[in-house]
Amino acid sequence: MSIILDKVNYSYSVGTAYEVNALKDINLKIEDNEFIGIIGHTGSGKSTLTQHLNGLVKATSGHIYVDGEDIYDNDYDMRKLRNKVGLVFQYPEHQLFETTVFEDVCFGPKNQGLDKKKAQLKAFEALYNVGFPEKLFYSSPFELSGGQKRRVAIAGVLAMQPKVLILDEPTAGLDPAGRDEIFELLAKMRKELNITIILVSHSMEDVANYVDRIIVMNKGQVMYDDAPREVFKHYKELEKMGLAAPQVTYLMHELKEKGLQVDETATTVDEAKQSILRALGR
Amino acid sequence: MIRDITIGQYYPANSIIHKLDPRVKLFSTLLYIIALFCFKGILGIGIITVFLFTTIKISKVPIKFIVKGLKAIVYLLLITAVFNLLLTPGNRVFWHYKLINITDTGITNAVVMSVRLIYLIIGTSLMTLTTTPNQLTDGLETSLKPLNKINVPVHAIAMMMSIALRFIPILIEETDKIMKAQMARGADFESGNIFKKAKNMVPLLVPLMVSAFRRADDLAMAMEARCYSGGAGRTKMKPLAYEKRDRIAYLVAILFFVAVIVARVLLPFPQ
Amino acid sequence: MGIIKAINLVHEYIKRDEDNNVSDIVRALDDVNIEVEAGQFIAILGHNGSGKSTFAKHLNALLAPTEGTLVVDGKNVKDEKNIMDIRKNAGMVFQNPDNQIIASVVEEDVGFGPENIGVPTEEIWERVDNSLKAVGMTEYRKHSPNKLSGGQKQRVAIAGVVAMEPKCIIFDEPTAMLDPNGRKEVIKTAHKLNKEKNVTILLITHYMEEVVDADYVYVMEKGKVVMEGTPRAIFSQVDALKEHRLDVPQVTLLADELRKSGLDIPKGILRREELVKALEKNMAR
Repeated sequence: MSIILDKVNYSYSVGTAYEVNALKDINLKIEDNEFIGIIGHTGSGKSTLTQHLNGLVKATSGHIYVDGEDIYDNDYDMRKLRNKVGLVFQYPEHQLFETTVFEDVCFGPKNQGLDKKKAQLKAFEALYNVGFPEKLFYSSPFELSGGQKRRVAIAGVLAMQPKVLILDEPTAGLDPAGRDEIFELLAKMRKELNITIILVSHSMEDVANYVDRIIVMNKGQVMYDDAPREVFKHYKELEKMGLAAPQVTYLMHELKEKGLQVDETATTVDEAKQSILRALGR
Repeated sequence: MIRDITIGQYYPANSIIHKLDPRVKLFSTLLYIIALFCFKGILGIGIITVFLFTTIKISKVPIKFIVKGLKAIVYLLLITAVFNLLLTPGNRVFWHYKLINITDTGITNAVVMSVRLIYLIIGTSLMTLTTTPNQLTDGLETSLKPLNKINVPVHAIAMMMSIALRFIPILIEETDKIMKAQMARGADFESGNIFKKAKNMVPLLVPLMVSAFRRADDLAMAMEARCYSGGAGRTKMKPLAYEKRDRIAYLVAILFFVAVIVARVLLPFPQ
Repeated sequence: MGIIKAINLVHEYIKRDEDNNVSDIVRALDDVNIEVEAGQFIAILGHNGSGKSTFAKHLNALLAPTEGTLVVDGKNVKDEKNIMDIRKNAGMVFQNPDNQIIASVVEEDVGFGPENIGVPTEEIWERVDNSLKAVGMTEYRKHSPNKLSGGQKQRVAIAGVVAMEPKCIIFDEPTAMLDPNGRKEVIKTAHKLNKEKNVTILLITHYMEEVVDADYVYVMEKGKVVMEGTPRAIFSQVDALKEHRLDVPQVTLLADELRKSGLDIPKGILRREELVKALEKNMAR
């Protein structure tokens, strides 16, 4: 399934002094089974962009094609779109409301019109896929730890069996271990469920290790759209946008300046280690 | 739509109206409301109009901004106008169908009620737009202090009001986010009859309440950490003290009120 | 005598079921000993649930110890009549910037603390001016907090604490909800207060890169202090840090890996420059 954005613009408070162009001429193509990171600082338009992808926000101008169909066509069914493109918001607290975890995950499939049995089956599958412990299925979602709540929130959307799963800051507020667990989970889900995963983040370092493609947003525009190591080549420009490249990128550039023949496109600790050892002839 | 409500918002600007003592503004608003409900005749409405729009002009709040606040009451306004128009008996009947009459009194009533409502909203929004919530509660707290004697916890009420005003915009934003999060899970807040709609609100209201309680808890702790322990022994950063301009404003407000009453007695036409 | 002294501090949360019977007891603090000298910048590291926030709440007398002693500025927190003094002298900045700002105008919020402790009006204004200046928020004094960025809101909250002129400020995960720019702003402000106003700072966080410039670091896990020392001493124990589920900065991690591969690199690398220098030495050989 592919998503194509053709010259998408979005502005709000049109016609007043407060008019803001939140998105400017966005052109993107998202293919099957991708793992994408959308990076930008607060107010760069990254969250607005993701909300366009499942029709929660409607573009002021431009077109979005999902599976070749224009989602702004009058007879296009938005429900169909939301079944294909799932969106998990930043705070799980914003969606958990049922008395038990299991009931909560059933909410999405039920809204899709599935009968009780089928909805429960989907919920069970989804909770299983996010690695949620079975013994907590019937506990209250409000009493879970931050990481567990996050899993339930992801399962709540996953149960609708989307082909594209978008997550807004899925690791905000988690500690490092919790964060790594969620990233590992997403990588695994992408592989095993064969879906596209798009995660929105302001941390380059976190994302670099996992995604294949980074889209950098700044002031409502796409600045870069490439593999992580290509994007980080622009580390000076990134810094001007208030985004930092991974520490390793800076280090490798500094070493190169000192005359050590390292590969300055290394983005992870492991790549850097190999490159430095090679350059030193070890 | 919820964003259109301007009552309770503050519009920062540097004007005499902004600088006035909140007690003066509370008092004047009270007089203004009474005037609105007891004026009669074209002269009365004329005086009120001049008073209102001169005050807006002096306050430097753009009229557009105030008018935006009326959007929220459009339906209320229409209903009031239509009811008055169709159901008031009068001397001259222009149009008649079963129980429905359009009469001269009906037309005047519809116009007068609409003007009253519009002016009421504009006037009260003007007060909140030019007074910070804190000043407002300070004003109320000081004005209502005598009630302390009969064991009304005036300080606590004032504090609750100012906190409520601070958190309303935050909770509105949060409502928006929760709605989107649930819509992404296929929730439907629009279709169905009223009972179905109410039931569909559960996924919105539960997270909102949970969040509100959490915030209340956090805030209580933060206030305690900053040595808050009720009204006793507190000093004020901005204690209320009347200045010359406040006395003049009192005078203007009273003159305005007297003028409206005089107009009612002398020239109560047309009704 | 230190400004903060915790001796064998224990705190237990008691959970009760519907019949009010004790159903579970959680030891959130287990025999904690921490001492802070006036003027120091101390960091407490730990992941969620390690007990670090429970400890922070004791310092401000928001929680009372189950066992052990905690003395803040010479006053025992267990004594009810000391509570106001302790809160005045040990200010606290919390995680969520929205939930600790009370007023709808920045300067009025900063004035809230001094109002509570009965500071005369004129002096409140002086304190508000100075505190806003100290956190670099003077130009926003008339603004509504809702229109500010996360980092700016947090600086307003800090100003609100500074205005009470505390000897010590406890930052309880002040950056957990902020973006990278906001995080930098807040940490910079904390260091500035420490240097320029000589305020003792206690920074509680789970971000390791924020503790690089601290004077002394404690690592907590399951309610216990499991490591302590200078940042360099702490950062040199990479394996132990990983075990405590902490996020070791990339540079420290890389330096450690390279050292294990046989390069001549000292332990406890904190900054990029240090690693570049160490590698230059390796090149020269």
